[in-house]
Order: sequence, then structure tokens, then C-alpha cells
Amino acid sequence: MNDATFTALLATFFEESFEGLDRAEAGLLQLDTAGSPEIIGDLFRAIHSIKGGSGAFGIDEVTGLAHVMENLLDDIRSGRACTAEMSAALLSGVDHLRRSLDARQARRPVDTAGHAPVIARIVAARGAPSAPGAPKPAPAPVAAPAAPAAETWRIRFAPHAHLMRSGNDPVRILDHLASFGASVETVDRSKLPPLGELDPTACYLAWELRVPGTVARADLDDAFAWVEGECDLVIERDADIVVEVEEASPVSAPAALAPAAAGPPAPAVERREGISTLRVGVDKIDLLMNMVGELVITQSMLGELEDDRPLDADRVARLREGLGLLARTTRALQESVVRLRSTPVSTVFARLPRIVHDVGRRLGKDIAITISGESTELDRTVLEKLGDPLVHLVRNSIDHGIEDAETRLAAGKPAQGTISLHAEHRGSAVVIGISDDGRGLDLPKILAKAKAKGLVAADAELTPDEIAALIFAPGFSTAEVVSEVSGRGVGMDVVMRHIKELRGEVSVTSEPGKGTRTLLSLPLTLAIIDGQLVRLADQAYVVPLLAIRETVELRQFKQRRFGAHAVIRLRDEIVPVVDLGALLGIEGDHAGDDRLLMIVEAEGQPMGLIVDELLAQQQVVIKSLETNFGKVDGLAGATILGDGRVAFILDIAALHRDVRRQGRSASPDAGTDQAA
Amino acid sequence: MPPTPSDPSFSGQLLTFVVAGEEFGVDILRVQEIRGWSRPMPLPNTASYIKGVINIRGDIVPIADLRERLGLAPVEIGPTTVIVVVRVEHAGQGRTMGFVVDAMSDVSTVSRDAVKDPPELAEATGVARMARGIALVEERMITILDVDRVFPIPNSSLGLDAAA
Repeated sequence: MNDATFTALLATFFEESFEGLDRAEAGLLQLDTAGSPEIIGDLFRAIHSIKGGSGAFGIDEVTGLAHVMENLLDDIRSGRACTAEMSAALLSGVDHLRRSLDARQARRPVDTAGHAPVIARIVAARGAPSAPGAPKPAPAPVAAPAAPAAETWRIRFAPHAHLMRSGNDPVRILDHLASFGASVETVDRSKLPPLGELDPTACYLAWELRVPGTVARADLDDAFAWVEGECDLVIERDADIVVEVEEASPVSAPAALAPAAAGPPAPAVERREGISTLRVGVDKIDLLMNMVGELVITQSMLGELEDDRPLDADRVARLREGLGLLARTTRALQESVVRLRSTPVSTVFARLPRIVHDVGRRLGKDIAITISGESTELDRTVLEKLGDPLVHLVRNSIDHGIEDAETRLAAGKPAQGTISLHAEHRGSAVVIGISDDGRGLDLPKILAKAKAKGLVAADAELTPDEIAALIFAPGFSTAEVVSEVSGRGVGMDVVMRHIKELRGEVSVTSEPGKGTRTLLSLPLTLAIIDGQLVRLADQAYVVPLLAIRETVELRQFKQRRFGAHAVIRLRDEIVPVVDLGALLGIEGDHAGDDRLLMIVEAEGQPMGLIVDELLAQQQVVIKSLETNFGKVDGLAGATILGDGRVAFILDIAALHRDVRRQGRSASPDAGTDQAA
Repeated sequence: MPPTPSDPSFSGQLLTFVVAGEEFGVDILRVQEIRGWSRPMPLPNTASYIKGVINIRGDIVPIADLRERLGLAPVEIGPTTVIVVVRVEHAGQGRTMGFVVDAMSDVSTVSRDAVKDPPELAEATGVARMARGIALVEERMITILDVDRVFPIPNSSLGLDAAA
């Protein structure tokens, strides 16, 4: 086998293994609630292939760990009941496999010592099904080869003992810093207590890190933004020794990564940076391949015409056909490439069930998570920056929102808490909602705190929503970090800042005792929608496909007047008829017998829009009008069609509001045109 | 660096053009390109002097009719009609916008001395609000337009009417 083949095979192995681990992790999480034979079978196969592959490539530490996991899974597959300890042990096994493979792929040294306790734990879980999870020594972080730079950042990072209880995890931060080329200089284990006294949910370690001087200070600050006030942090330049102590309070038990059993790192798949990579569905690639195939065919077809013979009618016809084909394929190709950049939000939602599971378990809360609208697509760059705020909001819900089982039962709620995630296109935005059915915000307490901090005047009267919004104020919640009685909103100002950077908005509503709902509204700047192109006079407009119910022929309906409106009866509904051309002030010949009535829906109500013709249905990239102009009433944005022309995307909700407010409606055959 | 909009005086190079027989100029450092006429896609619910938007290499750029902006009859498209695309700055944010002119004229270098303050005339407030001065170049008088004021960018979301 030559080198190139080997490298390619190894790359495939890594790719498949990471996919397998993702699948295994999802399966293990389901195992807790409903372990079907299919799930267990899939789990077993995933681990089995990793074992086989790693054996073939001589990655022995992976083979060893996968082997014991496989044994345990084999027991479960043959009918043995899976205990919580078993699935926890297997999850930590998955984490270790992932970390090893990660290190192997990046050609970093592998922490083999950390495997022994995990193997021991899995073996123990297999031997004694009911044995409680014995805490294990913390694995030493994987050290990257130090990059000796002339000027470097020196970071001392000492998390407070309770850091992980607020849902943070030092491993995530270290992983993040590793993506900047950070290397761990020393790990301070001096605070590590004897095994018997070790609290698996506490942090005992502290780290000294070195980051290349080329990294911006702001990026470093950002990496620690979520744990501000929960750690002792010193960031200084080696050359100029500017010491900055973010919080100098003496710390009783600084540092330490708790055993991975208690706080496995969140899946850090997307963080394997360096060259940023993108996972694309095979169907999208196949589509691209097909189109390139067609381009080649078209090229050869046109190539045949490239000689000195005169262009007779037959050859002209073939030339036309070829050019038409070329135009179509190019357009389709363009669309597909654009689609490659957009990814369903499920890619960021996917890591949340694990966090709910882990953090919930750590806090002794039983929490279910429901996800809907995960196929909504967003531009990849937006999605990447959405991950941390989402994780933070979900953690906040687990930590402060959902009560413990007794409190819930006492309040007449089911013992199991629920966190719901939802994504959808709404108007000119993608809205992501995070709701919980917990205790809600403690509004009086928030108001009191804001007044104490001088964020609002002492005599201010605020509405509940205004009070709730205070948790986003910078500096609102740096103290009182993890006490259960504090209001909510640890680091909510950071969430706000991140979403603002994406030009989005955050809002929160809360009902005492019923729960809290946070809405993230992200602009469609780069989002893509399925659109129906319609013709009005000589112009093309895009109607979002989601808003369309059906399209009917206008002449088949008898219109009757209802005040200034024209309405029709469509089955059992009364539908107002709106002359879209008149509403948009489009000049041109609107008469015609064959016009169509497009029934759209906004806020659950139907509205009929008169259009001249339906054109193609296609995906369009939304370009904001606000970049160079401003917001225009009734338009969600613009797009550029295949032929380079601009087409506007209608904001159906806004048009609907317009029509209801102003009573603008017109009947084309009556010739009364109130909209003009 | 283009001078700030608040700087009343001007010296440097002007791109000059003709609108309704009169010569106007804008700071050449603000000009991004000059394009032949192409019909913009009309924008509903906006001020009438906004003719619509065009696609410039994937950017959606609004196009204004300078004649209408100056209170004259709307532009008539002829063979010399062109679109001047400029960088407009407002409150630190830059935008790309274009305006229609009857014909291009010249590039003129003017010194600070040659620029006179616009006269205060009751009937010329529309122009005066947008002018930085009048440059005297040889025998010509060139009204120097401040592109930031030709295209006031609204803080509100209501289009340009409010600021106009």
C-alpha cells in the first residue's frame, strides 16, 4: 500500500469514526429512556467498526478502550439491563475515544494514561451492574507541541470550584484555545484532594497556558467570556508583562477538571479547526456532480459546432438548444453552490440533548428536551456563532429554570422538566425559541438587583417584560453566580452581545411558576428560502413558499364587496382579495381574464393576492435591502435571479398587516383601486 | 480619506456631470464607478426619487434620480444617461448608492480658494441643503454636492422621506 492510499484510508477511518461516535452518543442518550434493540445494535456496530479500524491502523489505545466497550454493549445486546452507571461509563468511553482520535488526527500526542481509569470503570460497570460510579483521577489535558514564539500570551486559568455547576466546562475552553494554537505549559494539581474526598462536580485543577502572540486579546477575552467571575484569570504578554487580574478574591479551592465521568466535554466536533471544514450531505454533492456532468455534455455538444461549416437552420437550432441548456445548468450550479453554505440548525441543536442530559444529571434533575423546526436552514457562519449562546441559554434553563422534582410535584407540575427548542422562518428573520417549564424569572428580585446596581432609577416603574429584559444589561450578573436563589441570567449580557454581533435580537418572556421563553431572532441576511416567483406586469416578485396555501384561477370566483374590500368564498372561508400590483404601486396592464389568485396565510388568516402569472419555484438567497438602503414596508429583502435581475421578496406578514390596517383592497374588474 | 461631511470647505478633485443643463460635482474619492443606464427594479413604498435598485456584482444598490432630488422634472433616459455609484457615509456606516445624471462632464481639480459658500436664497433651499459650495473653475460654476446629504440615510425604518 503506498503512502497516499494509506493517508486516504486513514482520513476515511477518522471521518467514519467521528460519525460513529456521534451516532453512539445519540444512541446512549436514548438508551436512558427507551433502549430498543435497534439502537443497541447500532451502538454496538459503531463501536465495533471503530475497534476494527483502529486495530488495522495500529491505534492501540483506541482498540483497547473500544474492546471493553464492545464487551459491555454485547452484554446489553443479549438482554442485560442497562443501568445508569453503564451508560455513563460508556458515554465517558465515547468521549475518550473521540479525544484520542482527535489527537491522532491532528497528530498531537495522545493521552494514553487517561484511558486506564475509563477502562476500569467500564469493566467495573460490567462486573457489578449496580456499583456507583467511582470517581477517577482527572485526565491530564492533551498537550499540543509548544510553539516557541518570541512574544506569546501567558494565561493562568484557575476555575473556581463551582465552575462546572454553572454548566461551564474548562475542557471546552481549553479546546477553544487550542484552536488558536494554545499549549498547556503546566497543570497545577496541588489542590487535588485525596480520592475519598474528591467531589466529582468540583474543579480542582488550574492551568498555565501559552498562546501565540499573534492572537488578538479580544479573542482570548472572548474565550473566557462565559466564565467571567467564576475563575481567577491572568492574561499577560511575555514581553511587556501587563498583569491583569480579573478577580482577585482568594479562592478556597481553585481549579481542577472533575473526572470526565461527571463532566465529559461537550461534543466538540465542530471545533476541530485549523482548516475549517464543512460536512455536506451526499445528495448535495451528487446534485453538483450531475450538473457538472451536464456541463460536460453541453460543452461537447457545442464543441461539435466549432468548425468552418456555415450555420444552417439545423445547426442554429442545436446551438440554441445548447445555449439554453448551458444557461439552465449554470443557474442550477450557482444555486447548489449557495446551498452548500447553508446548513440546517439541527447541526447546533444536536449537541444540546447531551448537555441537557449531563448537566441535568449532575444537578439531579430529570429533564426532557424536545426539538422542532430543526430543518430550518441558516447560513453556516451564523450557525457557528450561534452554538455558544444556545448552549448557555439551555444551561441557564437547566440550572435556574427547572426546579427539582419535589418542588415541581408540589407545584402540581410533572416531575420531569421540559426544555423545548424551536426554529422557524418568521417574516424576515429566523427565530429560535428556547423555552422551559420551570419556575420563571424572579422579577421582583431582578428589579431590586437592577436598582441596587444603579441600572435603573430607584423609583422606576417597569413592565414585566422590561424587567425581564434587564437580565441582558451588561454588568447585571457578575456576582452571585451560581446561587439557586439568584434570579436568572448568568452571562446573559454575553448572549446578547453575541446575538447582536450577528445582527440579531434577543427577547425574553417569563411567567412566574410556568416557565421562561427566550427568543433569538436572527436576520435573514444570508438565509435561504424556498420561493415562488410570480409575475406582476413585467416584474418578478418572490413569495416565500411557506406562506402559500394554494393558487386558484380568479375568474372562477364571484367577488363580492365587503366595505372597501373585495372578498371571495373559498370553500368554507371568506378570503379577502388584494390586488398585489396595486398594493405595490406597480404600473402596468393589470387587466386580463387569466389572472391568478394566490392564497397566502399570515398569522393563521388567509389572504388572496392577485398575480399575473406563476413563474418558477426556486431557492433564493435573501439579500438585505438594509445594507445599502433601509427597511422597505412589505418587503423581506431582495434576491438576484439567475439572469442577474433583482427580484423583491414579499413580507407576507407585513402586507397582511398593511391590508388589515388600511383596508387597502381592490377588485380589478370593478376598476376601483383604493390602493393607488 | 474623504473629508468628513461636516467639513464645509472642499479642495481636491471633483467628478463633474450635467443635470438639467447645470454642472454639478462630487468628491471623486467617493465615486466607486460610473455605469451605463440600466433600468432599476422599482421599489414600492419609498420616496419617488428612488428609482429602484440594481444589481452590481451581487450587491443590491438603490438608485436615485438626482433631477427629482433637486426638485426638477424626472429624468428622461437618453444615450448619455449614466449612473454614478458613490460611497455614502452616515454615522460611521458606509453604504453604496447610485444616482442618475444626464451626462458626464469632466474631472476638475479645485483649490480651497476657488470654492465659495452657497448663497442663501429662499427659493434654493433644496439645493442649498445638499451643496457644500460652488466651485469656480475657469468660466464655469460647479455646484459641489455632498453625497451624504443627497442620500440622507434614515435612522428610522421609514425610507428616506422623513429626512428629505
